[in-house]
Amino acid sequence: MAEKKYAKPLPRVDEESKGFWEACRRHELYVQRCGQCGALRYYPRALCPGCLSERVEWVRCSGKGTVYTFTVTYQNQGAGFRDELPYVLAYVELEEGVRMLTNVVGCKPEDVCIGMPVEVVFEDVTPEATLPKFRPVS
Amino acid sequence: MAGLSDAVVAGVYEHPTRWAPDKTAYQIHAESARGALADAGLAIGDVDGFFTAGVGPIGIMTLAEHLNLTPRYHDSTNIGGSSFVAHVLHAAAAISAGLCSVALITYGSTASSDRFAVGTGGVSAGDPPDQFESPYGPTVLGSYALAAQRHMHEFGTTSEQLAEIAVTIRRHAGLNPAAKFREPIAVEDVLASRIVSSPLHLLDCCIISDGGGAVVVTAAERARDLKKKPVRILGGSEGLCHTSMGVRDLTDMAASQSGPRAMAMAGVTHADVDMCMIYDSFTITVLETLESLGFCKRGEGGSFVQSGRIGLGGALPVNTDGGGLSSNHPGMRGIFLVIEAVKQLRGECGERQVKDCEVALCHGTGGMLGLRHSGVTMVLGRGR
Repeated sequence: MAEKKYAKPLPRVDEESKGFWEACRRHELYVQRCGQCGALRYYPRALCPGCLSERVEWVRCSGKGTVYTFTVTYQNQGAGFRDELPYVLAYVELEEGVRMLTNVVGCKPEDVCIGMPVEVVFEDVTPEATLPKFRPVS
Repeated sequence: MAGLSDAVVAGVYEHPTRWAPDKTAYQIHAESARGALADAGLAIGDVDGFFTAGVGPIGIMTLAEHLNLTPRYHDSTNIGGSSFVAHVLHAAAAISAGLCSVALITYGSTASSDRFAVGTGGVSAGDPPDQFESPYGPTVLGSYALAAQRHMHEFGTTSEQLAEIAVTIRRHAGLNPAAKFREPIAVEDVLASRIVSSPLHLLDCCIISDGGGAVVVTAAERARDLKKKPVRILGGSEGLCHTSMGVRDLTDMAASQSGPRAMAMAGVTHADVDMCMIYDSFTITVLETLESLGFCKRGEGGSFVQSGRIGLGGALPVNTDGGGLSSNHPGMRGIFLVIEAVKQLRGECGERQVKDCEVALCHGTGGMLGLRHSGVTMVLGRGR
Protein backbone atom coordinates (compact mmCIF):
# COMPACT_ATOMS: atom_id res chain seq x y z
CA MET A 1 0.00 0.00 0.00
CA ALA A 2 1.38 3.38 -0.98
CA GLU A 3 2.14 5.64 1.91
CA LYS A 4 -0.38 8.43 2.30
CA LYS A 5 0.90 11.88 1.44
CA TYR A 6 0.95 14.42 4.28
CA ALA A 7 -2.02 16.65 3.42
CA LYS A 8 -2.21 19.26 6.19
CA PRO A 9 -0.77 22.75 5.73
CA LEU A 10 2.98 22.98 6.33
CA PRO A 11 4.85 25.93 7.82
CA ARG A 12 5.87 28.44 5.17
CA VAL A 13 9.33 29.26 6.48
CA ASP A 14 10.49 32.84 6.05
CA GLU A 15 13.40 34.96 7.24
CA GLU A 16 11.61 35.78 10.49
CA SER A 17 10.64 32.23 11.35
CA LYS A 18 13.62 30.28 10.04
CA GLY A 19 15.41 30.01 13.41
CA PHE A 20 12.32 28.60 15.10
CA TRP A 21 11.66 25.92 12.49
CA GLU A 22 15.32 24.92 12.17
CA ALA A 23 15.42 24.38 15.93
CA CYS A 24 12.28 22.25 15.72
CA ARG A 25 14.03 20.04 13.17
CA ARG A 26 16.72 19.49 15.83
CA HIS A 27 13.87 18.78 18.30
CA GLU A 28 14.51 21.93 20.26
CA LEU A 29 11.92 24.56 21.18
CA TYR A 30 12.86 28.23 21.19
CA VAL A 31 10.99 31.49 21.67
CA GLN A 32 12.37 34.99 21.20
CA ARG A 33 13.30 37.66 23.69
CA CYS A 34 13.99 41.24 22.65
CA GLY A 35 17.69 42.04 23.13
CA GLN A 36 16.81 45.63 23.95
CA CYS A 37 13.66 45.76 26.09
CA GLY A 38 13.61 42.13 27.20
CA ALA A 39 10.03 41.40 26.11
CA LEU A 40 9.32 37.74 25.39
CA ARG A 41 7.43 36.99 22.21
CA TYR A 42 5.75 34.19 20.35
CA TYR A 43 5.37 33.80 17.41
CA PRO A 44 8.86 34.87 16.26
CA ARG A 45 9.36 38.01 14.22
CA ALA A 46 12.24 40.21 13.13
CA LEU A 47 11.39 43.35 15.08
CA CYS A 48 10.19 43.62 18.67
CA PRO A 49 6.64 45.01 18.50
CA GLY A 50 7.26 46.82 21.79
CA CYS A 51 10.39 48.82 20.91
CA LEU A 52 11.04 47.96 17.24
CA SER A 53 14.54 46.71 18.04
CA GLU A 54 15.92 44.02 15.79
CA ARG A 55 18.20 42.62 18.51
CA VAL A 56 16.88 39.11 19.06
CA GLU A 57 17.83 36.57 21.70
CA TRP A 58 16.63 33.03 21.21
CA VAL A 59 15.48 31.46 24.48
CA ARG A 60 15.65 27.67 24.72
CA CYS A 61 12.43 26.43 26.29
CA SER A 62 12.14 23.58 28.76
CA GLY A 63 9.32 22.17 26.65
CA LYS A 64 7.09 21.99 29.72
CA GLY A 65 3.83 23.83 30.07
CA THR A 66 0.15 23.58 30.92
CA VAL A 67 -3.00 23.56 28.82
CA TYR A 68 -4.41 27.13 28.83
CA THR A 69 -7.47 26.13 26.83
CA PHE A 70 -8.45 23.53 24.24
CA THR A 71 -11.22 22.32 21.97
CA VAL A 72 -11.90 18.84 20.71
CA THR A 73 -12.53 19.39 17.01
CA TYR A 74 -15.14 17.03 15.53
CA GLN A 75 -15.59 18.84 12.22
CA ASN A 76 -12.95 20.24 9.89
CA GLN A 77 -13.32 19.80 6.16
CA GLY A 78 -9.69 20.81 5.57
CA ALA A 79 -7.41 18.31 3.83
CA GLY A 80 -5.64 16.00 6.26
CA PHE A 81 -7.72 17.04 9.26
CA ARG A 82 -10.94 15.45 8.03
CA ASP A 83 -9.22 12.07 8.20
CA GLU A 84 -8.05 12.52 11.79
CA LEU A 85 -11.19 13.62 13.63
CA PRO A 86 -11.55 14.21 16.47
CA TYR A 87 -8.34 16.02 17.35
CA VAL A 88 -7.39 18.42 20.12
CA LEU A 89 -6.53 22.03 19.29
CA ALA A 90 -5.06 23.83 22.28
CA TYR A 91 -3.19 26.79 23.59
CA VAL A 92 -0.33 25.58 25.75
CA GLU A 93 1.20 28.06 28.16
CA LEU A 94 4.94 27.41 28.28
CA GLU A 95 6.86 27.62 31.55
CA GLU A 96 8.59 30.63 30.01
CA GLY A 97 5.24 32.47 29.94
CA VAL A 98 3.98 32.59 26.35
CA ARG A 99 1.09 30.65 24.83
CA MET A 100 1.39 28.54 21.67
CA LEU A 101 -1.39 27.22 19.51
CA THR A 102 -0.75 23.50 19.09
CA ASN A 103 -2.22 20.02 19.27
CA VAL A 104 -2.36 17.85 22.37
CA VAL A 105 -1.55 14.28 21.36
CA GLY A 106 -0.72 11.03 23.05
CA CYS A 107 -3.93 10.71 25.05
CA LYS A 108 -7.66 10.39 24.50
CA PRO A 109 -9.25 13.76 23.57
CA GLU A 110 -11.70 13.38 26.47
CA ASP A 111 -8.81 13.19 28.95
CA VAL A 112 -7.52 16.69 28.12
CA CYS A 113 -8.35 19.43 30.63
CA ILE A 114 -7.32 23.00 31.32
CA GLY A 115 -4.32 23.16 33.63
CA MET A 116 -3.07 19.73 32.57
CA PRO A 117 0.76 19.55 32.67
CA VAL A 118 2.14 18.78 29.21
CA GLU A 119 5.51 18.46 27.52
CA VAL A 120 6.65 19.06 23.99
CA VAL A 121 6.89 16.21 21.52
CA PHE A 122 8.32 16.80 18.05
CA GLU A 123 6.56 15.29 15.04
CA ASP A 124 8.69 14.99 11.93
CA VAL A 125 5.75 15.28 9.55
CA THR A 126 7.87 15.52 6.37
CA PRO A 127 11.64 15.31 5.78
CA GLU A 128 11.68 19.15 5.84
CA ALA A 129 9.14 19.97 8.53
CA THR A 130 8.91 19.21 12.23
CA LEU A 131 5.97 20.40 14.31
CA PRO A 132 6.10 20.90 18.08
CA LYS A 133 3.06 19.30 19.72
CA PHE A 134 2.37 18.46 23.34
CA ARG A 135 1.50 15.34 25.30
CA PRO A 136 0.54 14.79 28.93
CA VAL A 137 3.55 14.63 31.25
CA SER A 138 4.01 10.97 32.00
CA MET B 1 -16.92 68.43 19.01
CA ALA B 2 -17.07 67.56 15.35
CA GLY B 3 -18.11 63.94 16.01
CA LEU B 4 -20.52 62.16 13.74
CA SER B 5 -23.52 64.29 14.64
CA ASP B 6 -24.00 65.46 11.09
CA ALA B 7 -24.65 61.99 9.69
CA VAL B 8 -27.81 59.90 9.88
CA VAL B 9 -29.06 56.60 8.55
CA ALA B 10 -31.63 57.49 5.92
CA GLY B 11 -32.48 54.09 4.47
CA VAL B 12 -32.08 50.38 5.12
CA TYR B 13 -33.04 47.17 3.37
CA GLU B 14 -32.64 43.54 4.29
CA HIS B 15 -32.81 41.22 1.33
CA PRO B 16 -35.51 38.65 2.07
CA THR B 17 -33.70 35.73 0.46
CA ARG B 18 -32.07 32.99 2.49
CA TRP B 19 -31.46 30.67 -0.49
CA ALA B 20 -30.65 32.09 -3.90
CA PRO B 21 -28.90 29.46 -6.07
CA ASP B 22 -29.76 31.34 -9.27
CA LYS B 23 -28.44 34.71 -8.16
CA THR B 24 -24.88 35.97 -7.94
CA ALA B 25 -23.71 37.93 -4.89
CA TYR B 26 -23.55 40.95 -7.23
CA GLN B 27 -27.25 40.70 -8.02
CA ILE B 28 -28.05 40.53 -4.31
CA HIS B 29 -25.89 43.64 -3.75
CA ALA B 30 -27.81 45.46 -6.52
CA GLU B 31 -31.25 44.41 -5.28
CA SER B 32 -30.28 45.45 -1.75
CA ALA B 33 -29.02 48.83 -2.99
CA ARG B 34 -32.31 49.40 -4.76
CA GLY B 35 -34.22 48.51 -1.60
CA ALA B 36 -32.29 50.84 0.70
CA LEU B 37 -32.36 53.76 -1.73
CA ALA B 38 -36.13 53.32 -2.15
CA ASP B 39 -36.49 53.20 1.62
CA ALA B 40 -34.61 56.52 1.86
CA GLY B 41 -36.36 58.08 -1.10
CA LEU B 42 -33.09 58.65 -2.91
CA ALA B 43 -31.94 57.68 -6.41
CA ILE B 44 -28.86 55.70 -7.42
CA GLY B 45 -27.59 58.88 -9.09
CA ASP B 46 -27.45 60.58 -5.67
CA VAL B 47 -24.84 58.11 -4.41
CA ASP B 48 -21.33 59.57 -4.22
CA GLY B 49 -19.85 57.37 -1.48
CA PHE B 50 -19.66 53.58 -1.74
CA PHE B 51 -18.73 51.00 0.88
CA THR B 52 -18.58 47.21 0.69
CA ALA B 53 -16.52 44.16 1.65
CA GLY B 54 -16.43 40.47 0.92
CA VAL B 55 -16.36 40.72 -2.86
CA GLY B 56 -12.66 39.97 -3.20
CA PRO B 57 -9.60 42.15 -2.60
CA ILE B 58 -10.47 44.71 -5.28
CA GLY B 59 -14.09 43.67 -5.69
CA ILE B 60 -15.40 47.11 -4.84
CA MET B 61 -14.36 48.26 -8.31
CA THR B 62 -16.17 45.40 -10.03
CA LEU B 63 -19.22 46.00 -7.90
CA ALA B 64 -19.13 49.74 -8.62
CA GLU B 65 -19.03 48.79 -12.30
CA HIS B 66 -22.00 46.47 -11.85
CA LEU B 67 -23.96 49.36 -10.32
CA ASN B 68 -22.37 51.86 -12.74
CA LEU B 69 -21.20 54.01 -9.81
CA THR B 70 -18.30 56.45 -9.92
CA PRO B 71 -18.17 57.47 -6.27
CA ARG B 72 -15.88 60.21 -5.01
CA TYR B 73 -15.27 58.25 -1.81
CA HIS B 74 -14.96 54.49 -1.44
CA ASP B 75 -13.92 52.14 1.31
CA SER B 76 -13.71 48.35 1.27
CA THR B 77 -12.31 47.85 4.75
CA ASN B 78 -12.48 44.13 5.44
CA ILE B 79 -12.24 43.20 9.10
CA GLY B 80 -14.54 40.21 8.84
CA GLY B 81 -18.20 40.20 9.78
CA SER B 82 -18.01 43.53 11.58
CA SER B 83 -16.93 45.32 8.39
CA PHE B 84 -20.31 46.77 7.57
CA VAL B 85 -20.75 48.33 11.00
CA ALA B 86 -17.34 49.94 10.43
CA HIS B 87 -18.51 51.08 6.98
CA VAL B 88 -21.45 52.94 8.50
CA LEU B 89 -19.08 54.67 10.93
CA HIS B 90 -16.61 55.46 8.17
CA ALA B 91 -19.45 56.77 6.01
CA ALA B 92 -20.61 59.00 8.86
CA ALA B 93 -17.08 60.35 9.28
CA ALA B 94 -16.69 60.90 5.53
CA ILE B 95 -20.00 62.75 5.38
CA SER B 96 -19.13 64.85 8.43
CA ALA B 97 -15.83 65.73 6.72
CA GLY B 98 -17.51 66.64 3.45
CA LEU B 99 -15.88 63.83 1.48
CA CYS B 100 -19.23 62.56 0.22
CA SER B 101 -22.90 63.35 0.73
CA VAL B 102 -24.86 60.15 0.12
CA ALA B 103 -23.11 56.94 1.16
CA LEU B 104 -24.32 53.52 0.06
CA ILE B 105 -23.18 50.43 1.97
CA THR B 106 -24.04 47.09 0.41
CA TYR B 107 -23.59 43.41 1.22
CA GLY B 108 -24.48 40.26 -0.67
CA SER B 109 -23.47 36.63 -0.48
CA THR B 110 -24.51 33.21 -1.70
CA ALA B 111 -22.57 31.33 0.98
CA SER B 112 -25.30 28.77 1.47
CA SER B 113 -26.06 27.86 -2.15
CA ASP B 114 -22.32 27.85 -2.89
CA ARG B 115 -21.94 25.26 -0.10
CA PHE B 116 -19.23 27.43 1.34
CA ALA B 117 -17.90 26.04 4.64
CA VAL B 118 -18.14 29.24 6.67
CA GLY B 119 -16.95 27.88 9.98
CA THR B 120 -15.47 24.44 9.58
CA GLY B 121 -13.19 24.66 6.57
CA GLY B 122 -9.43 24.73 6.78
CA VAL B 123 -7.91 28.14 7.45
CA SER B 124 -4.70 29.11 5.72
CA ALA B 125 -4.11 32.70 4.73
CA GLY B 126 -0.37 32.46 4.23
CA ASP B 127 0.31 35.46 6.49
CA PRO B 128 3.25 35.28 8.93
CA PRO B 129 1.33 33.90 11.93
CA ASP B 130 -0.46 31.37 9.74
CA GLN B 131 2.52 28.98 9.73
CA PHE B 132 2.21 28.73 13.53
CA GLU B 133 -1.52 28.02 13.38
CA SER B 134 -2.73 26.28 10.23
CA PRO B 135 -0.60 23.12 10.73
CA TYR B 136 -2.65 22.46 13.90
CA GLY B 137 -6.10 22.74 12.32
CA PRO B 138 -7.83 25.77 13.79
CA THR B 139 -11.31 26.36 12.35
CA VAL B 140 -13.30 29.55 12.79
CA LEU B 141 -15.60 27.63 15.09
CA GLY B 142 -12.65 26.11 16.95
CA SER B 143 -11.22 29.54 17.66
CA TYR B 144 -14.45 30.55 19.42
CA ALA B 145 -14.61 27.19 21.18
CA LEU B 146 -11.15 27.83 22.68
CA ALA B 147 -12.53 30.99 24.27
CA ALA B 148 -15.71 29.25 25.44
CA GLN B 149 -13.73 26.48 27.13
CA ARG B 150 -11.57 29.01 28.96
CA HIS B 151 -14.60 31.07 30.01
CA MET B 152 -16.24 27.97 31.48
CA HIS B 153 -13.04 27.11 33.33
CA GLU B 154 -12.47 30.56 34.82
CA PHE B 155 -16.03 31.51 35.66
CA GLY B 156 -18.06 28.33 35.81
CA THR B 157 -20.13 29.29 32.78
CA THR B 158 -22.26 26.34 31.65
CA SER B 159 -23.49 24.90 28.37
CA GLU B 160 -27.03 25.51 29.66
CA GLN B 161 -26.30 29.21 29.98
CA LEU B 162 -24.87 29.39 26.47
CA ALA B 163 -27.87 27.44 25.20
CA GLU B 164 -30.20 30.03 26.73
CA ILE B 165 -28.82 32.55 24.23
CA ALA B 166 -29.64 30.29 21.27
CA VAL B 167 -33.12 29.60 22.67
CA THR B 168 -33.91 33.29 23.20
CA ILE B 169 -32.72 34.34 19.77
CA ARG B 170 -34.69 31.50 18.15
CA ARG B 171 -37.79 32.78 19.92
CA HIS B 172 -37.17 36.16 18.33
CA ALA B 173 -36.75 34.51 14.92
CA GLY B 174 -40.23 33.08 15.36
CA LEU B 175 -41.51 36.67 15.20
CA ASN B 176 -39.57 37.48 12.01
CA PRO B 177 -41.33 36.11 8.91
CA ALA B 178 -38.07 36.25 6.91
CA ALA B 179 -35.99 34.24 9.42
CA LYS B 180 -34.62 30.92 8.14
CA PHE B 181 -35.31 28.91 11.29
CA ARG B 182 -38.45 29.84 13.23
CA GLU B 183 -39.49 26.73 15.14
CA PRO B 184 -38.92 27.24 18.88
CA ILE B 185 -36.11 25.27 20.52
CA ALA B 186 -35.43 24.45 24.17
CA VAL B 187 -32.20 24.36 26.16
CA GLU B 188 -32.34 20.53 25.97
CA ASP B 189 -32.41 20.69 22.17
CA VAL B 190 -29.19 22.70 22.13
CA LEU B 191 -27.52 20.30 24.56
CA ALA B 192 -28.71 17.30 22.57
CA SER B 193 -27.35 18.65 19.29
CA ARG B 194 -23.98 17.23 18.29
CA ILE B 195 -20.77 18.80 19.54
CA VAL B 196 -18.95 20.35 16.59
CA SER B 197 -15.97 21.70 18.51
CA SER B 198 -16.14 21.26 22.25
CA PRO B 199 -17.75 22.79 24.22
CA LEU B 200 -19.89 24.21 21.39
CA HIS B 201 -22.88 22.27 20.06
CA LEU B 202 -24.35 22.60 16.59
CA LEU B 203 -27.12 24.85 17.93
CA ASP B 204 -24.52 27.13 19.56
CA CYS B 205 -23.45 28.01 16.01
CA CYS B 206 -24.82 30.48 13.51
CA ILE B 207 -26.64 29.11 10.53
CA ILE B 208 -25.39 29.46 6.96
CA SER B 209 -27.68 31.26 4.52
CA ASP B 210 -27.61 33.36 1.40
CA GLY B 211 -28.58 36.98 1.77
CA GLY B 212 -27.66 40.61 1.71
CA GLY B 213 -28.63 44.09 2.67
CA ALA B 214 -27.88 47.76 2.27
CA VAL B 215 -27.75 50.97 4.29
CA VAL B 216 -27.85 54.58 3.12
CA VAL B 217 -26.12 57.25 5.22
CA THR B 218 -26.43 60.96 4.55
CA ALA B 219 -26.19 64.33 6.30
CA ALA B 220 -28.90 65.25 8.79
CA GLU B 221 -29.66 68.34 6.74
CA ARG B 222 -30.15 66.32 3.57
CA ALA B 223 -32.30 63.75 5.35
CA ARG B 224 -34.79 66.30 6.63
CA ASP B 225 -37.01 66.05 3.56
CA LEU B 226 -36.53 62.36 2.87
CA LYS B 227 -39.12 59.62 3.11
CA LYS B 228 -38.27 58.08 6.48
CA LYS B 229 -37.46 59.63 9.81
CA PRO B 230 -33.67 59.59 10.05
CA VAL B 231 -31.86 57.55 12.67
CA ARG B 232 -29.01 59.39 14.37
CA ILE B 233 -25.49 57.98 14.60
CA LEU B 234 -24.63 58.95 18.16
CA GLY B 235 -21.19 57.40 18.46
CA GLY B 236 -18.90 54.62 17.44
CA SER B 237 -15.48 53.12 17.83
CA GLU B 238 -13.38 50.16 16.76
CA GLY B 239 -10.99 47.72 18.39
CA LEU B 240 -8.75 44.74 17.67
CA CYS B 241 -7.58 41.72 19.65
CA HIS B 242 -4.86 39.35 18.52
CA THR B 243 -2.47 36.93 20.17
CA SER B 244 -0.57 39.87 21.77
CA MET B 245 2.90 38.27 21.45
CA GLY B 246 1.55 35.17 23.20
CA VAL B 247 -0.23 36.46 26.31
CA ARG B 248 -3.78 37.16 25.13
CA ASP B 249 -6.65 36.68 27.62
CA LEU B 250 -9.31 34.74 25.71
CA THR B 251 -12.16 35.96 27.90
CA ASP B 252 -11.61 39.54 26.73
CA MET B 253 -12.95 40.85 23.44
CA ALA B 254 -12.24 43.89 21.27
CA ALA B 255 -15.63 45.09 22.52
CA SER B 256 -13.96 46.14 25.78
CA GLN B 257 -11.92 48.64 23.74
CA SER B 258 -14.58 49.93 21.35
CA GLY B 259 -17.63 49.80 23.63
CA PRO B 260 -16.67 52.36 26.29
CA ARG B 261 -15.36 54.76 23.63
CA ALA B 262 -18.51 54.49 21.54
CA MET B 263 -20.80 54.98 24.53
CA ALA B 264 -18.79 57.95 25.79
CA MET B 265 -18.95 59.55 22.36
CA ALA B 266 -22.70 58.95 22.26
CA GLY B 267 -23.12 60.27 25.78
CA VAL B 268 -25.13 57.23 26.87
CA THR B 269 -24.88 54.85 29.82
CA HIS B 270 -25.76 51.15 29.84
CA ALA B 271 -29.13 52.00 31.38
CA ASP B 272 -29.94 54.21 28.37
CA VAL B 273 -29.60 51.35 25.88
CA ASP B 274 -33.02 49.94 24.98
CA MET B 275 -31.86 47.06 22.80
CA CYS B 276 -28.66 45.50 21.43
CA MET B 277 -27.75 43.95 18.14
CA ILE B 278 -24.76 41.75 18.92
CA TYR B 279 -22.86 39.68 16.39
CA ASP B 280 -23.89 36.13 17.22
CA SER B 281 -21.58 33.93 15.21
CA PHE B 282 -21.75 31.60 18.22
CA THR B 283 -23.48 31.77 21.59
CA ILE B 284 -20.16 32.46 23.32
CA THR B 285 -19.68 35.54 21.11
CA VAL B 286 -22.82 37.10 22.57
CA LEU B 287 -21.93 36.22 26.15
CA GLU B 288 -18.38 37.56 25.99
CA THR B 289 -19.49 40.66 24.06
CA LEU B 290 -22.09 41.57 26.69
CA GLU B 291 -19.38 41.29 29.36
CA SER B 292 -16.77 43.17 27.36
CA LEU B 293 -19.24 45.96 26.60
CA GLY B 294 -19.83 46.24 30.34
CA PHE B 295 -23.51 45.24 30.51
CA CYS B 296 -22.39 42.90 33.27
CA LYS B 297 -19.12 42.13 35.01
CA ARG B 298 -16.53 39.80 33.49
CA GLY B 299 -17.55 36.26 34.33
CA GLU B 300 -21.19 37.10 35.04
CA GLY B 301 -22.44 36.74 31.47
CA GLY B 302 -23.82 33.28 32.19
CA SER B 303 -26.28 34.42 34.82
CA PHE B 304 -26.92 37.68 32.92
CA VAL B 305 -28.39 35.89 29.90
CA GLN B 306 -30.67 33.73 32.01
CA SER B 307 -34.04 34.75 33.46
CA GLY B 308 -35.27 36.35 30.25
CA ARG B 309 -33.17 39.49 30.45
CA ILE B 310 -32.02 39.40 26.80
CA GLY B 311 -35.41 38.36 25.41
CA LEU B 312 -38.16 40.63 24.10
CA GLY B 313 -39.91 42.03 27.14
CA GLY B 314 -36.72 41.72 29.17
CA ALA B 315 -34.47 44.53 30.35
CA LEU B 316 -32.10 44.29 27.35
CA PRO B 317 -33.55 42.57 24.29
CA VAL B 318 -30.76 41.21 22.07
CA ASN B 319 -30.98 40.29 18.38
CA THR B 320 -34.69 40.80 17.92
CA ASP B 321 -34.45 39.73 14.26
CA GLY B 322 -33.42 36.20 15.16
CA GLY B 323 -29.72 36.90 14.64
CA GLY B 324 -27.17 34.84 12.83
CA LEU B 325 -28.11 31.95 15.09
CA SER B 326 -31.57 31.65 13.48
CA SER B 327 -32.42 34.29 10.87
CA ASN B 328 -29.57 34.66 8.42
CA HIS B 329 -25.78 34.39 8.27
CA PRO B 330 -24.29 34.60 4.80
CA GLY B 331 -20.75 34.80 6.21
CA MET B 332 -20.46 38.44 7.30
CA ARG B 333 -23.59 39.65 9.03
CA GLY B 334 -22.59 43.08 10.36
CA ILE B 335 -24.96 44.94 8.07
CA PHE B 336 -28.00 43.19 9.56
CA LEU B 337 -27.10 44.51 13.01
CA VAL B 338 -27.48 48.04 11.70
CA ILE B 339 -30.60 47.31 9.66
CA GLU B 340 -32.55 45.77 12.57
CA ALA B 341 -31.43 48.49 15.01
CA VAL B 342 -32.65 51.16 12.58
CA LYS B 343 -36.00 49.41 12.13
CA GLN B 344 -36.42 49.13 15.90
CA LEU B 345 -35.67 52.84 16.35
CA ARG B 346 -38.22 53.70 13.68
CA GLY B 347 -40.81 51.44 15.30
CA GLU B 348 -41.20 49.23 12.21
CA CYS B 349 -40.73 45.81 13.82
CA GLY B 350 -44.33 44.75 14.33
CA GLU B 351 -44.63 41.78 16.67
CA ARG B 352 -40.98 41.96 17.67
CA GLN B 353 -40.95 45.71 18.32
CA VAL B 354 -39.10 46.84 21.46
CA LYS B 355 -41.38 49.31 23.27
CA ASP B 356 -40.25 52.96 23.29
CA CYS B 357 -36.96 52.13 21.63
CA GLU B 358 -34.86 55.29 21.66
CA VAL B 359 -31.26 54.06 21.86
CA ALA B 360 -29.90 50.92 20.19
CA LEU B 361 -26.36 49.57 20.35
CA CYS B 362 -24.82 47.48 17.56
CA HIS B 363 -21.65 45.53 18.07
CA GLY B 364 -19.99 43.64 15.25
CA THR B 365 -17.28 41.03 15.73
CA GLY B 366 -15.18 39.85 12.81
CA GLY B 367 -12.51 37.20 12.50
CA MET B 368 -11.56 34.38 14.83
CA LEU B 369 -12.12 35.03 18.53
CA GLY B 370 -9.27 32.87 19.81
CA LEU B 371 -6.74 34.09 17.23
CA ARG B 372 -7.50 37.62 16.08
CA HIS B 373 -10.72 39.54 15.78
CA SER B 374 -12.11 43.00 15.24
CA GLY B 375 -14.85 44.74 17.15
CA VAL B 376 -16.94 47.71 16.08
CA THR B 377 -19.48 49.34 18.38
CA MET B 378 -22.02 51.85 17.14
CA VAL B 379 -24.74 53.62 19.11
CA LEU B 380 -27.83 54.73 17.21
CA GLY B 381 -30.60 57.03 18.39
CA ARG B 382 -34.21 57.62 17.37
CA GLY B 383 -34.61 60.62 15.09
CA ARG B 384 -36.19 63.74 16.41
